[in-house]
Amino acid sequence: MSVFGTPPISQRYLDTAKPAPVQLLLHRRGLAKLLLLAVAAAVIVPLLQAKYGAAWPSSLTVDVSGPLGRTSDWIIDNRDSHPLFVYFLGHLSNAVVISVRGVYLLLLALGWTGVTAGVTLIAWRVAGVRIAATALISFVVSGLLGMWVPTMQTLALMVVAVAASVLVGALLGLAAGLSDRLFRLLRPVLDTMQVLPAFAYLLPVVLVFGIGVPAALLATVIYAAPPMARLTALGLRGADPGVLEAVASLGATGRQRLLTARLPLARKELLLGVNQTIMMALSMVVIASMIGAAGLGDRVYQALASVDVGAALAAAVPIVLLAIVMDRTTAAAGERLGADTPATGPKWQRGWPVWAGVAAVTAVLALVGRLSGSLVWPGAWSLDIARPVNDFKEWMVDHLYSGVPVVGGTADWAAHFTDWVLNPLRDGLTALPWYGTLLIVAALAWLIGTWRTALTAVLAMAAIGVLGVWKPSMNTLSQVLAALAVTLVIGFGVGILAAGSKRFEAILRPVLDVMQTMPQFVYLIPVVALFAVGRAPAAAAAVVYALPAVIRITTQGLRQVEPAAVESARSLGATRWQILRQVQLPLARPALLLAVNQGVVLVLAVVIIGGLVGGGALGYDVVTGLATGDLALGLVAGVAIVCLGLMLDRVTQPTERRTTGKGA
Amino acid sequence: MSRTRTKILGTTVLTGTVLLSLSLSACGKADMTKQSSPFAAAKGSKSVTLSVQTWVGAQSNVAVAKYLLEHKLGYHVDTVQVDEIPAWDALSQGRVDAILEDWGHPDQEQRYVKDKKTITAGGGNGVTGHIGWYVPKYWADKHPEVTNWKNLNKFAKQLRTSESGNKGQLMDGSPSYVTNDKALVKNLGLDYEVVFAGSEAAQITQIQQFAKAKKPFLTYWYEPQWLFNQVPMVEVALPKYTDACAEKGTKDPQSIDCAYPTTPLQKYFNTDFAKSGSSAAAFLKNFKWTKDDQNEVSESIASGGLSADEAAKKWADKHPDVWKSWLPKK
Repeated sequence: MSVFGTPPISQRYLDTAKPAPVQLLLHRRGLAKLLLLAVAAAVIVPLLQAKYGAAWPSSLTVDVSGPLGRTSDWIIDNRDSHPLFVYFLGHLSNAVVISVRGVYLLLLALGWTGVTAGVTLIAWRVAGVRIAATALISFVVSGLLGMWVPTMQTLALMVVAVAASVLVGALLGLAAGLSDRLFRLLRPVLDTMQVLPAFAYLLPVVLVFGIGVPAALLATVIYAAPPMARLTALGLRGADPGVLEAVASLGATGRQRLLTARLPLARKELLLGVNQTIMMALSMVVIASMIGAAGLGDRVYQALASVDVGAALAAAVPIVLLAIVMDRTTAAAGERLGADTPATGPKWQRGWPVWAGVAAVTAVLALVGRLSGSLVWPGAWSLDIARPVNDFKEWMVDHLYSGVPVVGGTADWAAHFTDWVLNPLRDGLTALPWYGTLLIVAALAWLIGTWRTALTAVLAMAAIGVLGVWKPSMNTLSQVLAALAVTLVIGFGVGILAAGSKRFEAILRPVLDVMQTMPQFVYLIPVVALFAVGRAPAAAAAVVYALPAVIRITTQGLRQVEPAAVESARSLGATRWQILRQVQLPLARPALLLAVNQGVVLVLAVVIIGGLVGGGALGYDVVTGLATGDLALGLVAGVAIVCLGLMLDRVTQPTERRTTGKGA
Repeated sequence: MSRTRTKILGTTVLTGTVLLSLSLSACGKADMTKQSSPFAAAKGSKSVTLSVQTWVGAQSNVAVAKYLLEHKLGYHVDTVQVDEIPAWDALSQGRVDAILEDWGHPDQEQRYVKDKKTITAGGGNGVTGHIGWYVPKYWADKHPEVTNWKNLNKFAKQLRTSESGNKGQLMDGSPSYVTNDKALVKNLGLDYEVVFAGSEAAQITQIQQFAKAKKPFLTYWYEPQWLFNQVPMVEVALPKYTDACAEKGTKDPQSIDCAYPTTPLQKYFNTDFAKSGSSAAAFLKNFKWTKDDQNEVSESIASGGLSADEAAKKWADKHPDVWKSWLPKK
């Protein structure tokens, strides 16, 4: 049990060479916690067993399908007349439509020449030549793939979604940054938002706004605003008190202090927040297309419906490219601001003239495009990648599916994985008495965190039972655990290799970048082709999606281990394996724990989407709820997913939270 | 700091626009059920929005209608992919103008067509749909008796998979499709487990995989469907569909114990669109073809590697006699 008795990460980073007595004490404290729990269990369990039995007691469940069904009917019947809709939500929806339309028409008016030139030039000014080249290539590729119009639709949606998310996030962050009480109130909410699979809250949004762009945009904002709020609040609170004191002593008012000292000091966090928000928003593109987002996501979704991996990839590539361009541009802007160097280069490259130049060149190129008569990408310049990709997929499936000598085909692996891992795990979790599950959760969460995290985790699990979805939740949980185990084994393995070899890491990096930004949906159909329908492909897709983050964090963690420690171990004659096992891994333990935490969150997100490929359980219920407009089914499953996510996060959360979001 | 200031300026302008549009619309009522897509008719032309469902047959209807509307009547056509039941809601709100293939949703029909009158029935699209249980032909040829439900239990062992445990696997597709399979398995006393593929794409992929390996399988499937041309399948006879059984089924869906009905597929229009008197509405009302026509387009889309638009063009070039009669008379 020693693994779980860890102090907060921040503290561990501070004193990596921790004294032995502290460690010992922590062990004791862990032991004490366990003992306390065991005593409590010994008293309570017989009572519970006698009163309720091993399965979740039906007397403790609440059937919410009636009220939810009535709510859903009420919304549909009153959507066009009730003041709440007509005077508030209607305007919200209208504003979204008008803003997106405005941006979209602007992009179309600029034409492909104008948009490409504009983005390239902005990237050049903000982030340098290399990233400008990336931007140029990305837009040209999107055009070549025949995806110009969908790309513009997605871009328009993203611009508005990111602007709204940044605005909402910054306001919330500002409030939380200035008021201690709000900070305490908001922080757990924001922390939780960050671990929720977006799939869980599509249904309520759709119910209120109907299928379409407003619903899609709002779902995106809900998903993308939290990191901005978190980072704004953290940035404001982290401001150097000395500087604030100095500014205050100069007689600055509160507003002046905020504008001239606190905000500028927090600019690095603010830009990191913008960067995170953009990445989160882009990762929603495909999921949001399930509720009518149109654009690239819709192309991916439609192509997958007809099992056309090639066409899906053609639409997914522009998404990935957009993500890379926006990520690199904002990241570079953040670094430049953070470095705080005075602007370099000749005078004409600084200040407003250069921006005027950028605008002028863009306008001229837009005009040239307009005069040459092609506002959208010329159809003749296109590249058909769908067919070769599909041929490759066919070939792979033909040769790997079954009957491969010695190792067996992928279908056989999937069957074995289901029979030997998933089924026993599911049956075991289902058979485990409910109070047993609650106790285990409490023990794990308490050992690794505080009694608060333990309480949250236990309450989350109990909520699942109360909602009457205990069984499917255990099914989902078994898939998450199995996929997580595979992810960790592969992720730690590859991470260790990458940490050991600079060259390997350099090769790996672009692969991981692409894997991380690729919409999860694109993986779904190939995994079905390889692993048959069922829970195995869902787990496989989850592994693929969660791997990059785990590999990254592992590599970084191992790299950050004090070189002196490794060196001294080597000088003592330790072998490479010994160094790894006895020096590097123990010292990198905080990072490894973080990797587990991230892995759990990402795996859960994809296992849920796995409902689309036979994963069953909660994911299937959400899909069914969405597809049939059944609020009771979909919402209850959504809430259960939220609870499961909360529990998994708390159980694996090494007390102090990460500051960056997805795939740090 | 000028760069920062420019950026702040840019952000301010952007948020300003958003706020402005919010406040501009903030006087008076805003009925969100009457708002169209921001991407509609960006070219400033007359436009129609059609709902595409996930199955390829529905995509063929839309592809051909879209091609003809764009090339013969000068419309701009937007398509939205929506599941069946949400599509009714979207249609009622005017987010889409027409559904060209509906497999029968009595609840929705009652609510939107009869009560709210926001949707107008548009008649049949000429294709008759049928849902049933199917086995591959290569397997049925070897064991002809499998095509009767009474013998299915004898074959349950052969149809075991790791997902169905120790029972036979009956594969279902997307959760949005009309299905009674769970009730049927129970009420007919079959030794089978319904395994949901989760989406039609997943189900098709799995069927193709089984067919490649010449493995037996039992699946929920429907006609017309292009996959029959690739993987020939034979229907398993279920107890005969009767009105009495259907009535029992509407009262309690858990009690149904007979086959699925044969459904003439229906078109539905948004009422405002249907009453608009536009040539698009007239065209879509006339839209009516046959199962073979639909399958021809579906197959070129799904396995011929053509885009929906190319497939529609190919069909339209070949069958002008069919679509000429759809065009409204001037």
